[in-house]
Amino acid sequence: MEKIPIMKIDTSLLVTIQVDMNDSLALELQDDLSDRIVKTKATGVLIEISALEIIDSFIGRMLGNITAISRLLGADTVVVGMRPAVAITLVELGLPLAGIRTALNVERGLAMINPSSGGEGVDGRGPL
Amino acid sequence: MSSLQLKQISSLIEKHEEEILSDWMRSQRGGSVFGGAMPKEGDLKEQSRALLRSLKEAMAKAASIDITTPEWETVRENLAATSRSNARDGASPTETATAIFSLKQPVFIKLAAELGSNPKELSEQIWSFSALLDKLGLYTAEVYQKSREQVIARQQQEMMELSTPVVELWRGILALPLIGTLDSQRTQVVMENLLQKIADTGAPIAIIDITGVPTVDTLVAQHLIKTISAARLMGADCIISGIRPQIAQTIVHLGVALGDVLTKSTLADAFAIALKRTGLAIATNHSA
Repeated sequence: MEKIPIMKIDTSLLVTIQVDMNDSLALELQDDLSDRIVKTKATGVLIEISALEIIDSFIGRMLGNITAISRLLGADTVVVGMRPAVAITLVELGLPLAGIRTALNVERGLAMINPSSGGEGVDGRGPL
Repeated sequence: MSSLQLKQISSLIEKHEEEILSDWMRSQRGGSVFGGAMPKEGDLKEQSRALLRSLKEAMAKAASIDITTPEWETVRENLAATSRSNARDGASPTETATAIFSLKQPVFIKLAAELGSNPKELSEQIWSFSALLDKLGLYTAEVYQKSREQVIARQQQEMMELSTPVVELWRGILALPLIGTLDSQRTQVVMENLLQKIADTGAPIAIIDITGVPTVDTLVAQHLIKTISAARLMGADCIISGIRPQIAQTIVHLGVALGDVLTKSTLADAFAIALKRTGLAIATNHSA
């Protein structure tokens, strides 16, 4: 069975989603991630979705859940690498992704979470 | 018109082909058909001969004057070719159609000579042939119109592609100068271009300049907001610049909510903000 890899970079965790998500995978990811955040005392979580060509309301909801869970555990969450087609679809469908911060790539995402580590961070504003 | 009648006229044309052709040529060149731009003599003769011939052959085989059936295909092709080459020489669709209509008289003369003793049949044949030539003349006008529409469609496509470039002002700062009206179709193209460029260059800031957009109504504003939302979802931000005084008033009067989107009246101001956000500054070089 596939497992979604979670890697540790400094004080942040990097989650790379490369396969289609289903219920069991999503639940497993939430479990894994919450465990790791507490174990590693992570202050940031990056969810990398550049491999996803389609996003539906399920994944949208899942991303929202993970963000909320991580925040409760004291970690900042940033979704990175959204494809243009996915962004357009989300806007056209009016899927609410309020409160989720986004960045163009992992580099910028890290800069957003750790502003003191330098790098060109742009004040990440949420979608309109 | 019955196929028997068609065959009769076909053999009539066969019998008097050269005479009918030269009579027809005479009317076409007479001055009442082509006003300004007359097609060249050689071309005109070739076209008319080919048309007459294909007409004669079609009429020998066809069951009716419905010119959309396969028996009339060669005639349609000849008509289309004539219409196009005449249009290239500058003839109007009316002139081309009138040239086709001017074939009526030479044929009527021959019909009258043949069927003079039978007025009923003569009038039937004249009527049917006239109806047939009307259809043929109108077909040339239709072909002309269709080719104009193709030209317009192609030019529209080119215009759309030309007017949505995304340029990189500086590392990490993109500019999108919009020119012309913004409708749903163009917005789609614009949005895709911009987002793709953001993904390709990894630029976190895009400046959308609307100096060239004549009017901004609620629809245009909605399109802009959609584009900016999509860019933000990807992790980039947008600044709108080029807001003219008139546009600013319109937006307020319409009650359009631009949320927390940053707007500036000139591209220069927007560029200055973008530089500041990416931690850059322009300094004067005193030694120059």
